[in-house]
Amino acid sequence: MAFEGLAERLQGTISKLRGKGKVTETDVKEMMREVRLALLEADVNFKVVKQFISTVKERAIGQEVLKSLTPGQQVIKVVNEELTNLMGGEQSKIAVASKPPTVVMMVGLQGAGKTTTTGKLANHLRKKHNRNPLMVAADIYRPAAIKQLETLGKQLNMPVFSMGDQVSPVEIAKNAMEKAKEDHHDYVLIDTAGRLHVDEELMNELEEIKELTSPDEILLVVDAMTGQDAVNVAESFNERLGITGVVLTKLDGDTRGGAALSIKAVTDTPIKFAGMGEKIDALEAFHPERMASRILGMGDVLTLIEKAQTNVDEEKAKELERKMRSNELTFDDFLEQLEQVKSMGPLDELLNMMPGAGKMKGMKNIQVDDKQLGHIEAIVKSMTKAEKEDPSILNASRRRRIAKGSGTTIQEVNRLIKQFGEMKKMMKQMAGMQGKGKKKGGFKLPFM
Amino acid sequence: MSFFKKLKEKITGQTETVTEKFKGGLSKTRDSFVGKMNDLVKNYRKVDEEFFEELEEILISADVGVHTVMDLIDDLKDEARTRNIKEAVDIQPVISEKLAELLQKSEEETELNIQEDSLTVILMVGVNGVGKTTTIGKLAHKFKEDGKNVVLAAGDTFRAGAIEQLEVWGERVGVDVIKQQAGSDPAAVMYDAVQAAKSRNADILLCDTAGRLQNKVNLMNELEKVKRVITREIPDAPHEVLLVLDATTGQNAMSQAKTFGKATDVSGIVLTKLDGTAKGGIVLAIRHELDIPVKFVGLGEGMDDLQEFQADQYVHGLFADVLEQAEEAAEN
Repeated sequence: MAFEGLAERLQGTISKLRGKGKVTETDVKEMMREVRLALLEADVNFKVVKQFISTVKERAIGQEVLKSLTPGQQVIKVVNEELTNLMGGEQSKIAVASKPPTVVMMVGLQGAGKTTTTGKLANHLRKKHNRNPLMVAADIYRPAAIKQLETLGKQLNMPVFSMGDQVSPVEIAKNAMEKAKEDHHDYVLIDTAGRLHVDEELMNELEEIKELTSPDEILLVVDAMTGQDAVNVAESFNERLGITGVVLTKLDGDTRGGAALSIKAVTDTPIKFAGMGEKIDALEAFHPERMASRILGMGDVLTLIEKAQTNVDEEKAKELERKMRSNELTFDDFLEQLEQVKSMGPLDELLNMMPGAGKMKGMKNIQVDDKQLGHIEAIVKSMTKAEKEDPSILNASRRRRIAKGSGTTIQEVNRLIKQFGEMKKMMKQMAGMQGKGKKKGGFKLPFM
Repeated sequence: MSFFKKLKEKITGQTETVTEKFKGGLSKTRDSFVGKMNDLVKNYRKVDEEFFEELEEILISADVGVHTVMDLIDDLKDEARTRNIKEAVDIQPVISEKLAELLQKSEEETELNIQEDSLTVILMVGVNGVGKTTTIGKLAHKFKEDGKNVVLAAGDTFRAGAIEQLEVWGERVGVDVIKQQAGSDPAAVMYDAVQAAKSRNADILLCDTAGRLQNKVNLMNELEKVKRVITREIPDAPHEVLLVLDATTGQNAMSQAKTFGKATDVSGIVLTKLDGTAKGGIVLAIRHELDIPVKFVGLGEGMDDLQEFQADQYVHGLFADVLEQAEEAAEN
């Protein structure tokens, strides 16, 4: 049941929806089925999914299809925009109190990664913000939780305040505040015990700590792998404590992390950090827009859509299309095209962005990386006009000359010529496919 | 409602406490899951597309998983057609039946493979924060109660405080913990532990390992090595490899089961933190999509809240209310 990327799933639907001027209701309906499944598989809460789908539907139906896009791509564009919207547009930073110390409370379920995150955050504050935080070990319930924070403190060479596990967490917090003022710490990070959101007694304890320390930041630490229940967890912690931000942990795993979306939707508080590994410095600022495409599993089709929209010169594309149909493609066109593609970003990334590109015959053999691109350019530029227009005249002696002229090897020249031949063949096939269907198919790049 | 009668008979022979544990631990799941299902039947008198859509959402919200849900719904639609069911009330028992079928799929071996007169080695694996160490503590307690001689191996040498955490459990339960320093090679710890367990004539060796995300290839290789070292010392060991899964985990649980299964031949699953969430549904997905039996479920925080998984009890715990209603109806 490995996650199929949404990109793959949408291929079928997108290709059906070619060459129409407007997005129709049927188009959207079919696509939304797939989008819905993808979101559910990513563990986005079903209520959130429902709301999301209806918003997208409303927006997408009846939209004019941009010239360079197919209706399918147009819908995806809307999906992505809405998703990024929902995730919250920009990154947000950790609070700073007007009068130090800034108090940060870490709360969450058991095993979410509160203690580890406390250590990481302390390290982050010192390294990136030049702060002097005090970590407070207030988890007296889990065996050796205090020891864990103390060990982290030792590794970081940073102070940890603890009073053993026989003193109440409220008492510990109180004393820690005094200690922080005494020693002029500008941040106090309170590591609380993990608890189920349904545990009355322990939730009361958190409220008491909150009242006593009046924290500037209450961070809910959530495991990125959390399923449908993420909503309830976030809701109840938020209701009781009023959380100010979220830390998403274990995001370096292979989960899609739909929980992020659910939490954002129900609490409307920003996700401030993401745990990206086991090392102490593996805490990163959270990028909402990256998360949007991760949840969708779209690779970067979206980026491609956006880039194609802006960068490709319509006129040139038309001419190219004509040439491909008639199989007149020359090395000059090839170079021109490479340059256009290059302006869209790193090539191998670009290829990866294209759903189904890997499956296309011939495409796999065309190796592209950016270093090679320079070589290719040099090779083509070392050809004579006649050679560029008719590659069939490239005999061994000409190839040797080109290799020398471009500072490459004869093998590279051979490879390029072969690849060019393959590409031409492939394009002819694709052009043929298109020709059979609708003549006016929006044909922008050979691979799109 | 013969299905519920049969179920009732099956579990009456068992002790009241076990039944209560399951009923109590599953109360959250039951309330939200079965409660919603009852509402559904009340709100939709007719079995139509909308009814199924709503049902689909209820199941998905319990983390049953998209694939399992789709299969289940298709199944139910067929059933409704062939049996010509039109009223929502009439399809309810069919739903319960189908869910129970999934849970009871086959007579799987849920008992642990315990060696009668030699050392049994149990290796615990899983991602970070699922409760491996806690589960070991609870298992040690259980075996100790059964009069076994237990040794623990502190194989999580990576996470800060992990060794100490296991030591606290060792003290609580009263069993020995074999350890090395933090940061040492976990395979070496295992080698020591197997030797120590042998020389102490222990019955059970419970091996802790560091939590690791399943997509970290190096760490998964390390785990394979740990297992290899154990097998080299005792050819048929480890006798059990238990994958610990957090019940609040979503669809990633499947990926965990698959990858850990490949790396270490997982022989059973321990599902923890089932009491706090309404998400007992993942059990259904696991049973539907994987061949790994669920052997234990964590139904609470207490030392004896780790229960051997029993499909009948689980089904009963889920449908206790429906069952009572049925009985009342029969009496009237």
